[in-house]
Amino acid sequence: MSSPMIELKGVGFTYAADNNSVLQTLSMQVDRNSVTAILGPNGVGKTTLLHLLLGWIKPETGTILLGGKSLPSYTRREMGMLVGLVPQYEHISFEYSLLEYVLLGRTPHLKPLQTPGKEDYEIAMHALDIVGLKDIAEKPVTHLSGGEKQLVLTARSVAQNPRVILMDEPMSNLDLANKVKLLSVVNELKEKGATILFTSHEPEIAASIADKVVLMGEGNYLKSGAVDEVLTSASLSRVYGIPVKVAEFEGSRILLWRK
Amino acid sequence: MDSRNIKDSHKILLSVCILTAVFFFSLFLGRYPRPGVMNPSLIFSDPLAHSLVFNLRLPRTLTALFLGMILSSGGMVFQMIFSNPLVEPGFLGVSQGAAFGAAFSIIFLSSSVWIIQGAAAIAAVSGLFLSYTIARRIRFGGWVLRLVLSGIAVSALFSAGVGILKYTADPMGELPEITFWMLGGLWNITWREFLTIFPVSLISLVILFFMRWRLNVLSLDDETAFSLGLAPGRERIIFLVTATAATAAIVSVSGIVSWVGLIIPHIARRIFKTDTRFSLPGSMVLGGIFGLICDMASRTLLTGEIPLGIFTSFLGAGIFILLLMSRNIKVEK
Repeated sequence: MSSPMIELKGVGFTYAADNNSVLQTLSMQVDRNSVTAILGPNGVGKTTLLHLLLGWIKPETGTILLGGKSLPSYTRREMGMLVGLVPQYEHISFEYSLLEYVLLGRTPHLKPLQTPGKEDYEIAMHALDIVGLKDIAEKPVTHLSGGEKQLVLTARSVAQNPRVILMDEPMSNLDLANKVKLLSVVNELKEKGATILFTSHEPEIAASIADKVVLMGEGNYLKSGAVDEVLTSASLSRVYGIPVKVAEFEGSRILLWRK
Repeated sequence: MDSRNIKDSHKILLSVCILTAVFFFSLFLGRYPRPGVMNPSLIFSDPLAHSLVFNLRLPRTLTALFLGMILSSGGMVFQMIFSNPLVEPGFLGVSQGAAFGAAFSIIFLSSSVWIIQGAAAIAAVSGLFLSYTIARRIRFGGWVLRLVLSGIAVSALFSAGVGILKYTADPMGELPEITFWMLGGLWNITWREFLTIFPVSLISLVILFFMRWRLNVLSLDDETAFSLGLAPGRERIIFLVTATAATAAIVSVSGIVSWVGLIIPHIARRIFKTDTRFSLPGSMVLGGIFGLICDMASRTLLTGEIPLGIFTSFLGAGIFILLLMSRNIKVEK
């Protein structure tokens, strides 16, 4: 059996400002070429977990292994080729066209003084095609709706072509049709060999696409495993603190809850 | 390269042609032998014309060219790095810091160009560092608001410092020298002054040119730039130090020349689009043209010189007001 793509061993993290421990001794593994959904209430540390995996923040305790090697052993450029981030929102000050914006994803593949070439343009255009925005490639990215911006951020990660893609609530602004579109993009990326982790507030979406679910509760994660094992009425009720019932409807999992 | 890039490259090439034409026009424009454009063949037959063009106008014109290129590329660097189209080195204590350093040097150290330049550079970097440090400690507002506020405060501190130095300066020698600083101008540029700024200016422009793609990435949020394989903190410092060193060098011989760094990058982004692969060299070339035109106007419009800083402020502020009214400049954070 191949080694896991990502391995966390006893990882803990505290934000200095409020001295509140967000994560305590978190241990988990993520298989290569898999889709993992990270669920949990607001403020439980989902985004913090993604930032730890990105190397943006460093764990206070424990270690994070990527492809069997610890994160600090990679150079910045190697990390750029290995791990990509699709943030939930990005502040954009200048009127880049969609194509220019997606092209920025090619940066880790360029030497420090190099600029993108013809092949990079083709890759960026293909990435826009995948998310369905090729026809408006020259439109300023600042003119897009929140949902379209999320698709552009995903396209930039597709152009970056890293081994691991971290997506922070990638569907929070998407309408139903675009959610389905993004799910198919995630599937396509997985088929091409990527390992994907995404955070979400929608267990149904997690159930529809993830190979594995990590359910995080206060201070620590509660459960991690296959969808059937983790997304149960009992565990969701406990984590969210409200009565939740998981039901099956025509083969899909749906959630029922009471106020 | 796709067809759009070829179009943008052509635009830059055309701008370089215009820059070259303006450069040579500037060399032969003046008041000798009569007001207007001198016949170029005169430099071979008239020793005074030869000396005028090669010993006075050439170093001055080259300095005006570098001044425009450095201030506008510095402005572009600051705008991209701080993700804000409304900043330039002058907004963050760099120009006023340089002026203070130069005035301090004139009164207490030496009037040697090298020492003035060194003192200006150190004070300019201190101005930037102070603005940055204070902005990090302000407890309200978004990052850019905090940065602009602390920049205004630091600039005001340095201005007050320059005021004190002026008050204590010798009115016959030091005071006019400091006053020149505050107005900005190139009337005392000779080969000696030009050669002191040339190495730093050229090295800075080359570094900025070759690193220009990364400037795009640094305009994104920090964690995004990080996820794309950059070390945002380290690379920002490389850009800031490069742009500030060149700005301090040029300001040490020209005095304070405002607005160039703010408006030229805006115009460059309109003509060459946002991507810094094109907008940064575009900004350098347009800045060069602007520097040359302002210097020509400042030395030829009246019989006496109009200080260059006054000219760029008039033109720059006017163009800026037009830009603000014609199109929305987005500032989100």
